[in-house]
Amino acid sequence: MKNKFVKAVFTIAMGCALLTSCKPKNSGDAVSGDAAQKAYVAPGKYDEFYNFVSGGFSGQMSVYGLPSGRLFRVIPVFSVDPEKGYGYNEETKPMLNTSHGFVPWDDLHHTEMSQTNGEVDGRWVFGNANNTPRIARIDLKTFTTKEIIELPNSAGNHSSPFITENTEYVVAGTRFSVPADNSNGDVPINTYKQNFKGHLSFVKVGKEGQMDIAFQIQCPGVNFDLSHAGKGKSHGWFFFSCYNTEQANTLLEVNASQKDKDFIMAVNWKKAEEYIKAGKGKLTPTKYAHNVYNESTHTATSEIKTQVLILDSKELKDICYMIPCPKSPHGCDVDPTGEYIVGSGKLAALIPVFSFDKLMNAIKNKQFEGEYDGIPVVKYEAALHGEVQKPGLGPLHTEFDGKGNAYTTFFVSSEVVKWDIKSLKVLDRVPTYYSVGHLCIPGGDTRKPFGKYLIAYNKITKDRYLPTGPELAQSAQIYDISGDKMQLILDFPTIGEPHYAQAAPADLIRNNGQIKFYKLDDNKHPFVTKGEKETKVVRNGKRIDVYMTCIRSHFSPDNIEGIKMGDEVYFHITNLEQDWDVPHGFAIKGAATAELLIMPGETATLKWNPDRVGMFPFYCTDFCSALHQEMQGYIRVSPAGSSVPITYSLGTNLPAPDKK
Amino acid sequence: MKTQKISLLSKALLLIVSALFVGSLFVPMWRIELQAPQYPEGLVLQLFANKIGGDVAIINGLNHYIGMATLHTENFPEFKILPIVFGLFAVVSLALIFIGKRKGVKLFLITYIVFILLAAVDFYRWNYQYGHNLDPDAAIKVPGMSYQPPLIGYKQLLNFGAYSIPDTGGWLMTGAAVLLLFIVVKEYHLFQKKE
Repeated sequence: MKNKFVKAVFTIAMGCALLTSCKPKNSGDAVSGDAAQKAYVAPGKYDEFYNFVSGGFSGQMSVYGLPSGRLFRVIPVFSVDPEKGYGYNEETKPMLNTSHGFVPWDDLHHTEMSQTNGEVDGRWVFGNANNTPRIARIDLKTFTTKEIIELPNSAGNHSSPFITENTEYVVAGTRFSVPADNSNGDVPINTYKQNFKGHLSFVKVGKEGQMDIAFQIQCPGVNFDLSHAGKGKSHGWFFFSCYNTEQANTLLEVNASQKDKDFIMAVNWKKAEEYIKAGKGKLTPTKYAHNVYNESTHTATSEIKTQVLILDSKELKDICYMIPCPKSPHGCDVDPTGEYIVGSGKLAALIPVFSFDKLMNAIKNKQFEGEYDGIPVVKYEAALHGEVQKPGLGPLHTEFDGKGNAYTTFFVSSEVVKWDIKSLKVLDRVPTYYSVGHLCIPGGDTRKPFGKYLIAYNKITKDRYLPTGPELAQSAQIYDISGDKMQLILDFPTIGEPHYAQAAPADLIRNNGQIKFYKLDDNKHPFVTKGEKETKVVRNGKRIDVYMTCIRSHFSPDNIEGIKMGDEVYFHITNLEQDWDVPHGFAIKGAATAELLIMPGETATLKWNPDRVGMFPFYCTDFCSALHQEMQGYIRVSPAGSSVPITYSLGTNLPAPDKK
Repeated sequence: MKTQKISLLSKALLLIVSALFVGSLFVPMWRIELQAPQYPEGLVLQLFANKIGGDVAIINGLNHYIGMATLHTENFPEFKILPIVFGLFAVVSLALIFIGKRKGVKLFLITYIVFILLAAVDFYRWNYQYGHNLDPDAAIKVPGMSYQPPLIGYKQLLNFGAYSIPDTGGWLMTGAAVLLLFIVVKEYHLFQKKE
């Protein structure tokens, strides 16, 4: 009896042990031996690729190195950045102006690098503002935001800023359909079907990168999600995924998930151009801001534009066609040849791949199954190349390696799946930690991918890093995809929440003519001070302009008196240095704004309203030299109506007059 | 008795010497390379016949820490004289072709060597003056430290390693000296075995 009991206990214990050992291995085991070596970039060595990663709800764009995952820089784009004075100094405030006034924050979801002949060319990278719809252009010679254009008739600029293969256009599609700007928006929300419209914006990009809304296409009210341009043979077309074709205005998670198929909308933008030439566009009143940073004045200006050219998709045939696509498609990706269009229905159990040639045939032969709000709907089978069967759960986005393979992310099953574009066979799958959203292969959405690494940008990190309270690290993961099997080689944390990203060979960006410092001789800032002899303090009523310079290791002037309560003081500070890596900072006690961070040869302005009588120190915030801690000064603030005259000096320690 | 007229080869070489002098008017004669941990790419000061070149502004900016006077081309009369001297040397070399006397070449070589020695003394004198004549209010004062760059070769000056060497022009002028010496040796048969 006793013996039996012992045996039973032993058996149960063994059974438990067996069960435990059968449990799938945890994530730590997914890393194989040489991963560290593949991701290792020795100190002082350079990475192979630059990675431009969207900062999500941080509103900024971050720059990483691949394969090391090292963070180089966070470029302020749509959110103020006190560290750099962006949105706080007088020069950059206009960059964040909109038709709603100054907007200090946004949500940057996607980055897209400029292209020439369908290849990344290293000139600019664009970013979208998802909340207050805008597109920004970042110059890769300075890694700063040079231009921001607002998008009228839009709300939630999500399918943006994707571009055509010679950067002819950067596009935007409204995520929320809304009543058009020139119509009455004060209507019941449940009149969505009658009153709400979806607008697609085509923003022309000039030789110097300057953006201008060429036209908008008015479409039925649905949610536009993502987009990609045709390339090669399909150049001239643009593809937008759309969901909520049910046209629900409430509880979308249920009401917008009713139909088996929503659409990918194919837009023939060359045809749209023809209609515009033929005078079919309608100039429509609206209001949107166009902000440009001028590098020679180091100052941004904001202009409010008042009309936009609209093309109506219902009236003008042959511009838009709907391709049925299963279950609320999200990603809409075009392979390097331009022939295959991959739609990722985020609730679908398969991935449909459409053929551009078949689509053209279907349109030519009018193989339509009907119309959607006046737009022809192509028969699903007529445009279909084939379906990837049982790829995973919740497909979101696809990138390409240029070797005939596609890589699709799966949010629900938390994995990346590699499959063959032509045969549609699944070749390999690797887990992600956890719930991957976007992915990026350098050049992976262009005609020339560099299929060496794949980066997965995850939505959930859970136990991957040391915990940091309720809000955890955001994270990306790098996979080596040079072999047949994908191999995880590194996890790295990111800023904000990473969405789409782009990457390009390091040499392409390094050797693009990057600026090391601004030439002082070329500085045309209206308040520039080109030498210490020109420094001055000028009173004009309540306005005080301080023409100040900085050079290692002093400000000139560094003693200022005669400021009174009620004055509005503008510090215009020019960094006189003419060498690489010598910025100076400027901060003054009690300033309600931020610091200035001034690059060599640049002028920046901090507006300051003294809030009390007394002595206010200021100092350099960027450790510039061995005597950085000596780089400081004082400003004396006297009561309103005081007779203290304006004086300013550098290097003269006058003794105070004796009081007798 | 042998003729004192120089050979055709020597004349050709004199033409080259003349060209070397003209050439050295356009390229830097001397360079002082500076290296420090903060300047992995290095800084360089280049001395042309008529000006100071290279990273003058940056070096002047750094010099204020130790109180060294800033460098300005207009403070050195040498930059007005040297181009004239080089021009004269070029003309003399040409003239010697037509004069064709070996004694002339010998005298020119001696003059040139004297000039080089004087130039070296002058260069040392300036180096000494800039290295020692320091502002007493300078931020960094190291007792007993001076910042005189070496006349030629390497020297450590605080965090900077200074490397003073001939630049292109210096080598052209060295070439001129070698050619002149060769002509004199050849025309005076200095190393020929006596038969």
